[in-house]
Amino acid sequence: MISDCFTVVGKKEGQGPLSIFFDMVIEDEYAGQKSWELAEGKFLNLAISKLIQKSGFSPDEVDLILSGDLLNQLSSSHFAARDLDIPFIGLYGACSTFALSVGLACVFVDGGFAKNIIAATSSHFCSAEKQFRYPLELGCQRPPTAQWTVTGAASFLIKPDDGTNKPKVTHFTVGKILDYGIKDPNNMGACMAPAAFDTITIHLEDTKRDFGYYDIIVTGDLGYVGRKLLEELFKKEGINLPFELFDCGILMFDQNTQDTGAGASGCAASACVFGGYFYKLMLQGTFKKILIVPTGALMSASTVQLGESIPVIAHALSIEVE
Amino acid sequence: MNLKEKKVKEYQYLVKSLEPRTNTLKNCLLAFFTGGVICDVGQAFLNLYSMYFPKDEAQTLTSITMIFLGAFLTGIGVYDKIGRFAGAGSIVPITGFANSIVSPAVEYKKEGFVFGVGSKMFLIAGPVLVYGISASILIGLVYYFVQVFPKI
Repeated sequence: MISDCFTVVGKKEGQGPLSIFFDMVIEDEYAGQKSWELAEGKFLNLAISKLIQKSGFSPDEVDLILSGDLLNQLSSSHFAARDLDIPFIGLYGACSTFALSVGLACVFVDGGFAKNIIAATSSHFCSAEKQFRYPLELGCQRPPTAQWTVTGAASFLIKPDDGTNKPKVTHFTVGKILDYGIKDPNNMGACMAPAAFDTITIHLEDTKRDFGYYDIIVTGDLGYVGRKLLEELFKKEGINLPFELFDCGILMFDQNTQDTGAGASGCAASACVFGGYFYKLMLQGTFKKILIVPTGALMSASTVQLGESIPVIAHALSIEVE
Repeated sequence: MNLKEKKVKEYQYLVKSLEPRTNTLKNCLLAFFTGGVICDVGQAFLNLYSMYFPKDEAQTLTSITMIFLGAFLTGIGVYDKIGRFAGAGSIVPITGFANSIVSPAVEYKKEGFVFGVGSKMFLIAGPVLVYGISASILIGLVYYFVQVFPKI
């Protein structure tokens, strides 16, 4: 059961169409820190500590934190957790980390190994640009397929079902690593669309459901390019995608006014859009059954230089509320 | 395996066909005009300096001024905005070269002055320097031998 959540986003996200849904907007990109990596850690730290505050119990009662981000060796997750004094497991799933951490937290809780788990994830535009692309001030053009990494962090409190009417994770479909030979790190939507297709198909097969079962299906951060490709992939199989397939990468920013190219990406894209927007709509009962499929492009700056194609993955979470 | 390869090929083809295209004509025009404006600024400085200095010195001073302007605009965070709009128009002139050196220097300043600024400064401009200098040495050699043996 996802008992509570807290989302922190940066300035640009706070100006986007979903701005009113986020719990906290930090205007300063540095968040008072001296480097981008520390700033991302601060975002995540705030998301976790505010969630603990909001839920009203002491940090000792949190059994475990599961968290991940985009940086090498999960730097910002480790920076965020070093002041918290709570057992910690780091996870890497690139932009799919949200589903990975929430899904695994549910496995822990369901198996009775822990009572309160915090599943969290973060990403930061500046630290991601620095690691994967060019220096921020370099005057180069972004190709139209490039996506904008979301600055933000989200944390979710996972507890055993206590009878209250909160969204519950009913199924967790772990995806396979796929590789369709796409090498362009500026076109992550195209890299990730097959992973989303594969995981959605397998999830529906496993559970013997179809699109109609869900009120809404949300993909992670395919953006405009990936969303279109996903549609084509389903069309090839003779399936028309229902209208109710949204993409967090498209919802996050306003493409026309915010110059974000093909949409948003990053761990925080799916996590913040789900935590800020869909979670609240589920609590209100607007949506009762959601399938959320965050996708991740598991790329590294050095393997891209070596000319290797980018492996991708997608995990699906089926979340329901009564 | 074969079926998988076929699927991969098909998908790559699909990606190519659906990729949003950049508007080449518009980009060329924007690059032409902003590049032209940057060159105009340079020419204005050259004219100004020519009034007070001999030609050689005026040219050097112009380059120095343009490099300073490029670096300054990068430092205050304006040059990347010009670049997003102008593309090659702001990359090709000497101001773009200044931008490519100053931007990593700004980015990596936090990692210290030796291993940060010092080693990462030529992250973007390094290849330009290596191949630019190599090419100039090669051409210099050719020029030298053509002058030494004019008959050949």
